[in-house]
Amino acid sequence: MAAILGGLPSSVLAFVYLVAGVLFIQGLRDMTHPRTAPRGNLISAGGMALAVGVTVLVTDILSPILLFAGLLVGAAIGVWLAMTVETTEMPQLVGLFNGFGGGASALVAGAELIDMFGTGSFQLGVTATAALAGLIGSVTFWGSLVAAGKLHGVVDDSAVRYDGEQVVKALFLVLAVLAGIHLVVRPNLLGAVPLSGWVPSYWVLVAAASILGVLLVIPIGGADMPVVIALLNSYSGLAAATTGFVLDNSVLIIAGTLVGASGLILTVIMCESMNRSLANVFFGGIGETSESDEEMEDIYEGNITTTSPEEVEMTLDVADRVVIVPGYGMAVAQAQHAVAELSELLEDAGVDVEFGIHPVAGRMPGHMNVLLAEADVPYEKLRDLEEINPTFSQTDVVIVIGANDVVNPSANEAGSGPLAGMPVLNVGEARTVIVNKRSLSPGFSGVPNPLFAQDNTNMLFGDGKETMQELVNIYKENH
Amino acid sequence: MTFVQNLTFFVLAAFVGYEIITKIPTNLHTPLMSGANAISGITLIGSVVVAGSGSTTLATGLGFVAVVMATVNVVGGYLVTNSMLEQFRSGDDRRGRD
Repeated sequence: MAAILGGLPSSVLAFVYLVAGVLFIQGLRDMTHPRTAPRGNLISAGGMALAVGVTVLVTDILSPILLFAGLLVGAAIGVWLAMTVETTEMPQLVGLFNGFGGGASALVAGAELIDMFGTGSFQLGVTATAALAGLIGSVTFWGSLVAAGKLHGVVDDSAVRYDGEQVVKALFLVLAVLAGIHLVVRPNLLGAVPLSGWVPSYWVLVAAASILGVLLVIPIGGADMPVVIALLNSYSGLAAATTGFVLDNSVLIIAGTLVGASGLILTVIMCESMNRSLANVFFGGIGETSESDEEMEDIYEGNITTTSPEEVEMTLDVADRVVIVPGYGMAVAQAQHAVAELSELLEDAGVDVEFGIHPVAGRMPGHMNVLLAEADVPYEKLRDLEEINPTFSQTDVVIVIGANDVVNPSANEAGSGPLAGMPVLNVGEARTVIVNKRSLSPGFSGVPNPLFAQDNTNMLFGDGKETMQELVNIYKENH
Repeated sequence: MTFVQNLTFFVLAAFVGYEIITKIPTNLHTPLMSGANAISGITLIGSVVVAGSGSTTLATGLGFVAVVMATVNVVGGYLVTNSMLEQFRSGDDRRGRD
C-alpha cells in the first residue's frame, strides 16, 4: 500500500509535528490546576492522535495489516488494563506503562539499525544515539518490570543486598558501553560476524542493559519506590528523545524531553523529601539494617498507651481541629473510603479537618492524593508538609493511619541514622495523637519510632479499614 | 536535519519542561507522572515507521512488537490519567455542595 498522503512535502509533516509538540506543552501547562487538568490530558491526547495519525498516512506502509493489527492489539490491552485497574494498583500500572514505552524505544532503535544495515550506510550520529536509546530503553523496560513486580507483590519487595553488588552492576554497564562503542566504531576485529544483518553488537548492548536494569532495581526496597518510579518515568522520556535523534524526528525529541524533565524533577523532589541523594537511594542500601529488638523494647516498654475506637470517638467529640496523616498502610488496607467518610462526618459536626501528606508517603509521587481523591476528599483539604507542619501546635487531634517513618520525630535529631535530616510531619506537637497501626513493628527504615511512646500518643491497634469503619459507625451512633 | 538542529530541540524542550513542571502542585504529581508517561509513548511514531516500512522481516517484526508496546503505553496511559483526573474534579464539584 502506497502512502495515502505520500506526496505531502516533508515541511508539512514537520509543521504537523510542531503543532503536536505545542499541544503536548499546552497539555502539561493545564496540569497546573485540578480544574483544568482533565482538559490538559485531552489536549495532550489530541496531540498524540495528530502526530500518530499523520505518520500513518504519510509513511509508505508495506504491511498495513500487520501495522493495524499491532495498533489494535496494543489499544485493546491498554484499554483493558486501564479499565480493570484498582486505584491501589495504580503505582505498578504506571510503572508497567513506563516500561513499555522504554522497551518500544529500544526495539525501534534496533529495527532502524537493521534497516540501515541493508542500505549499507551507517552514520556516526545515528549509531551513537541508537546505542544510547538501546541502553536507556532496555534499563527502563526491565527496571520497570521489576519495580512493578515488587509493587504488585510478585517480586520480593525488600532490599536485596549481596556482596560485590556494585562490582556486578559496573561490569554489566561496562559490557553495555563496550558493545555500544563497538557499534559506533565497528572495528573489523572479529571478521564479518559483528557486521551481519541483525547488528549483533546492538543486541549484546540490549542484553547487558537489560540485566543491568534488573540488577539496579532488585536491591531497592518498597518505600524507596517513589524515587525509582519517578526516575524510570524520566528514562522512558529520554529513551523516546534519543530515538528521535536516531530517526531524525522533531516531535519525538520534544515530547521525550518534556517527559524526561518531568520525571527528573519528580525524582529530585522525592529525594529531597527523604534528605537522601539519588546515589544513596540506588546504591546506599537503606532498610537492610534493622535496629536490635532490645533497643526497641527500651523505648516502647511501659510507655505505650493503647486506646479503643470508643475512646477515640470521645476525643474527637471535643475537638475543633483534626488532622489526618495517611501513609502506605492506608493504601494497603484500602481504608481511604472509611477515612474519607470519617472526615466528612467530622466536617458536618463543625470540626475543621485537614489531611497532612508527606511527599514520599506511599509508593509513587502523589500516591495519597490520588487515593483520597478517589474517595471524594476535596483536594483543598490536602496539605503538604510545609503547609501543615506549622499548624500541628494548634491541632487538637492528629490521626495517623498506616504511616510510620514520615512521622518519626527522631529524624529531627542530629545523628547518622537512615532517617537523619529527613523532613517529617511533626504530629507530636498536637494535643493528642492517635496512631492506627497493626503492630509496633518498625517502618521501612527499621528505626523505632519514639512518637509511639510519647505521653500524648495513643495507639489504636488494628487493620486500617476495619478500625476506621468501626470508628465511623460509633461516631454515627452518637451523633 | 542535522544533529545540532535536533540538539536545539532537545535543549529548548528541556527548559520549557522544567519551567512548566515545577509549577505543578504536589496534589497532581501522580496524574502528571502518568500523563507524562503517556506522552513518552510518542515513540509509537517511530514504531509505526519501522513496522510499516521495514525493509527486512526482522525489522518489521521488531516494529510490530514495538507498535503493540507503545500503543499500550499511549492508550492505557491517557485513559488511566483521565480517570484519575475525573476523581480530582469530582472532589472539586463536591465543594459546591457546602
